[in-house]
Amino acid sequence: MGLLEGKKLLVTGVLTDHSIAFHVARLAQLEGAEVVLTSFGRQMRLTQAIAKRLPAPAPVIELDITDDEHLASLADRLREHVDHLDGAVHSIGFAPQSVMGGNFLAGEWADVATALEVSAFSLKSLAVAVKPLMTGGGSIVGLTFDASFAWPVYDWMGVAKAAFESTSRYLARDLGPDGIRVNLVSAGPIRTTAAKSIPGFEKMEGGWPERAPLGWDQTDPEPTARAVAALLSDWFPATTGEIVHVDGGVHAMGL
Amino acid sequence: MAYTENEVLAGLAEIVAEETGLPADTVTSEKSFTDDLDIDSLSMMTIVTHAEDKFGVTIPDDDVKNLATVGDAVSFITNAQA
Repeated sequence: MGLLEGKKLLVTGVLTDHSIAFHVARLAQLEGAEVVLTSFGRQMRLTQAIAKRLPAPAPVIELDITDDEHLASLADRLREHVDHLDGAVHSIGFAPQSVMGGNFLAGEWADVATALEVSAFSLKSLAVAVKPLMTGGGSIVGLTFDASFAWPVYDWMGVAKAAFESTSRYLARDLGPDGIRVNLVSAGPIRTTAAKSIPGFEKMEGGWPERAPLGWDQTDPEPTARAVAALLSDWFPATTGEIVHVDGGVHAMGL
Repeated sequence: MAYTENEVLAGLAEIVAEETGLPADTVTSEKSFTDDLDIDSLSMMTIVTHAEDKFGVTIPDDDVKNLATVGDAVSFITNAQA
């Protein structure tokens, strides 16, 4: 029996077959889950094409995480595919180029606000939107990049991740009584489309494989996807508000 | 059975037409994806994904950025089938 046998999961953020979310969806299906994907706007066609590369069919429904109507109707639109949800994966983030890439001091509020709304507030939006379907409890898992530190070029996206991590703890507090766990996976740098959109991303990767006691492969999203799958499973029943590092061990090293 | 260069061009033109809304017969070999067809990086990823599936090839990201024209893509795909 698979780790996620019979689970019904919503997975956001599948764009290409390099996406961490793609590998989460793939592993989840292989472990017995039924998966529904979301995408939005012009990305829908790409997500639909990539969905065909999954081991099993996965419907793609539209969700712009900043669109109140999309959020309000999400539960009903999901019910066309699944009668309830056991888990949801948040793999959503965006910051305008103007607030990443090493120009932190020039960041303007309108652009920072966009980064915070799409990358941090969106976790609350997603959680509230899927809650009506998590009738038997559930697991919400998001993806972060360790916000305890200031990184090269990450800039206001790093600030947004700090807000994101804090949001996950408040959600853990408020959704715990409904049996809904909220946890994050803090991954090392992985060369996804999202990562490549960060100007100077290679500066964030710098030295990671050498610093990691376990080593680190920036081209392999599978270790991260496995941790997400584990947190979606029944094997972390008393864990919420947690951040699991999947970074080869870098977070624990002083130098 | 490999596709000929002409077949790849015809198939790719259809994929580009679907993504951009341009008539397929305007998608010719000498056209630049960015300058003539106004294709941005998201559209290019979508076109590449559909092309990979249609022609059974892999077009690595590092190669995509060297595909300036429709003809470049047709040559790449035709050769990648071998």
